[in-house]
Amino acid sequence: MTTVFDEVTTGTKKLTIGQAVNRALHDALATDERVLLQGEDIGALGGVYRVTEGLAARFGSDRVVDAPLGEAGIVGTSIGLAQAGFVPVAEIQFDGFVYPAFDQIVSQLAKMHSRFQGSQQFPVTIRLPYGGGIGSVEHHSESPEAYFAHTAGLKVVTYSNAHDAYWVTRAAIASADPVLLLEPKKHYFVRGEVDFDAPTENPFATVEARPGTDGTLLAWGPQVSTALAAAEAGVEDGYDLQVLDIRGLSPLDMTTIANAVKATGRAVIVHESSTFAGFGAEISAGLMEQAFLSLEAPVQRVGGYHMPYPPSRLEQDYLPSVDRILDAVDETFTY
Amino acid sequence: MMPENAQPDPTDEKVKRLGISLEDYLLPTHGRIQMISESGELLPVDEQGSTPGHEYPMPTTQELLDGYRQLVIGRRVNDQNYALVRQGRMAVYPSSHGQEASEVAAALCLEPRDWLFPTYRDTVAVIARGVDPMEVMTNFRGNWHQGYNPHENNTSVQSTPLTTQLLHAVGMAHAARLRGEEMVVLGMVGDGGTSEGDFHEALNFASVFKLPVIFFVQNNKYAISVPLSRQTAAPSLAHKAVGYGMAGELVDGNDLAALLAVLGRAVKLCREGRGPFLVEADTYRMQSHTNADDATRYREGEEVDEWTKRDPLTRMRTYLKHEGALTEELESEYTSDAETVAASLRDAMGQDAELNPLDLFDHVYTVQTPQLAEQRAQLAEELSRDAHTEHQG
Repeated sequence: MTTVFDEVTTGTKKLTIGQAVNRALHDALATDERVLLQGEDIGALGGVYRVTEGLAARFGSDRVVDAPLGEAGIVGTSIGLAQAGFVPVAEIQFDGFVYPAFDQIVSQLAKMHSRFQGSQQFPVTIRLPYGGGIGSVEHHSESPEAYFAHTAGLKVVTYSNAHDAYWVTRAAIASADPVLLLEPKKHYFVRGEVDFDAPTENPFATVEARPGTDGTLLAWGPQVSTALAAAEAGVEDGYDLQVLDIRGLSPLDMTTIANAVKATGRAVIVHESSTFAGFGAEISAGLMEQAFLSLEAPVQRVGGYHMPYPPSRLEQDYLPSVDRILDAVDETFTY
Repeated sequence: MMPENAQPDPTDEKVKRLGISLEDYLLPTHGRIQMISESGELLPVDEQGSTPGHEYPMPTTQELLDGYRQLVIGRRVNDQNYALVRQGRMAVYPSSHGQEASEVAAALCLEPRDWLFPTYRDTVAVIARGVDPMEVMTNFRGNWHQGYNPHENNTSVQSTPLTTQLLHAVGMAHAARLRGEEMVVLGMVGDGGTSEGDFHEALNFASVFKLPVIFFVQNNKYAISVPLSRQTAAPSLAHKAVGYGMAGELVDGNDLAALLAVLGRAVKLCREGRGPFLVEADTYRMQSHTNADDATRYREGEEVDEWTKRDPLTRMRTYLKHEGALTEELESEYTSDAETVAASLRDAMGQDAELNPLDLFDHVYTVQTPQLAEQRAQLAEELSRDAHTEHQG
């Protein structure tokens, strides 16, 4: 996917999201000797998506560690490494494989700083390729963000483009708190401009991906592009739709979200996982608390059904689509 | 790229030198290592359970005296805390009464630069490591989930789930290997904990990376009420080591001398880069799991009586007195040291630390999030309202 770089990257380059992550990992390793990568197949192979390609050759197998096949072990030993002063970046190969590490993440990693009464920081980053639409087998297409956003002490972040891929990843690794970094793997091969000299300000904040005045589409990670496509298609229907790109799910930038929805009066939340107790419910509740009097219609949610993630030939019937999003927008106008 | 673990294993040379098979080196000795008999007599070397590759020198008398002093303190800590719980002055205390030799040896085999990863039952080990007893009790009093700074004595937090801490211990040891530090990490766990998945992952990671970790299993025969027979069908817990390619040893967990010898050698070999190790201590939980438990529901009194005869304190005291090492002066000095600790525990229980509910918001994240700041303000408002109402009332 990419080559090895000797120096920290500068200038502006057109890269895929995967390459941007690769450079972020490279630059973190190059600038901070405490940074260490740990995961399955991340060494000689360069990761199943080649995101870590070239890093083991450049930094050695002691800093880019091919771990035994054990997710609890990868996260649990990262906690111990952090306790010893390292800055571990753990890769869990696929979203559906994170659950063996769930206990180490929610009961250990997230609570450690508090358990230590603040005397120790646990700057562990867990990279988790997530989301569907990749035509894969079971356990390779899930969106488990709600489980983790519910966990205090953990930051849960994602991104939707190459520039943010670089800067959100750098910020996650630099964070003194543990971060679950959700990587929109369907878009690993999508290209975009990355400005290496212009760090993203507040990389975990919610930002406007498209301006609009008639309603707000709220999405994150892989669904931002679907929301943008819906907004584009909505022009034909006479809608001028705003799209918000929510990069930080926890902490959630509710102020930006509420202000945006107060201005447009309509909100449609889009995500891949089941809407039932999904993360959209938290945003919807936040809007009820902070933007109720500005709402022209109830907040709409477009997301997965309450069922196991479907087999690949049926996944398009499950995932949010442009049509489904515009149907929800229609609802907010006909209410 | 050649994987690092394809390099020649130093264990192989050790095995060659001893003239025994790799399996014989990795498997625990037949029976178990015991140096001082249950009646307090030094066993002849050929009756200590040692086999080729499993020989241990007797610790020095001074080491045993220092250890015995900690046994006396540890027993007093256990009994004092047990009493405080019965008096309703402390929420809960998982006692290690009867296991003090294992507790003390786990702490004494390490140097200050090493790390200990204890569980909730290992209060005595934590205190023997030098942590202030009153700070240790913070957890059991319900003041905070942990009361001491782990970095002050290289003693990590007491883990409430069993075995999650072993993976942290392995990570700490991995850090030592990467930095070339001669540090040893000892992770404590019970027989029940060996059934957990994290136990497997911890041993496997440690062995794959040849890390300086000792997994010290106190087999006290019960996980609350569930007996050892429901945890394993292995000949011993120490036998589990061989499957990971590490050496395992079974030792009498109520014999301080044998424990110090076995753990001391494991520490030495770990420091030389020949870790990890699994050491099983054969011991017994004399009291209930906690005050909320009733051991008479699941075990016979005769079984407990049988283990009373193997008490680690009585045994070491008999031996040291017979050797002429433990004088009356030393005994009263140790007793008085133990009383000082007990008195500090009673005093701590007497003073109710002023707790500020707003502290709860402090260390969730390193920098308070806007959401938490808002929730903190909400609670602060509630508290001031309550204070106002109380004042009015």
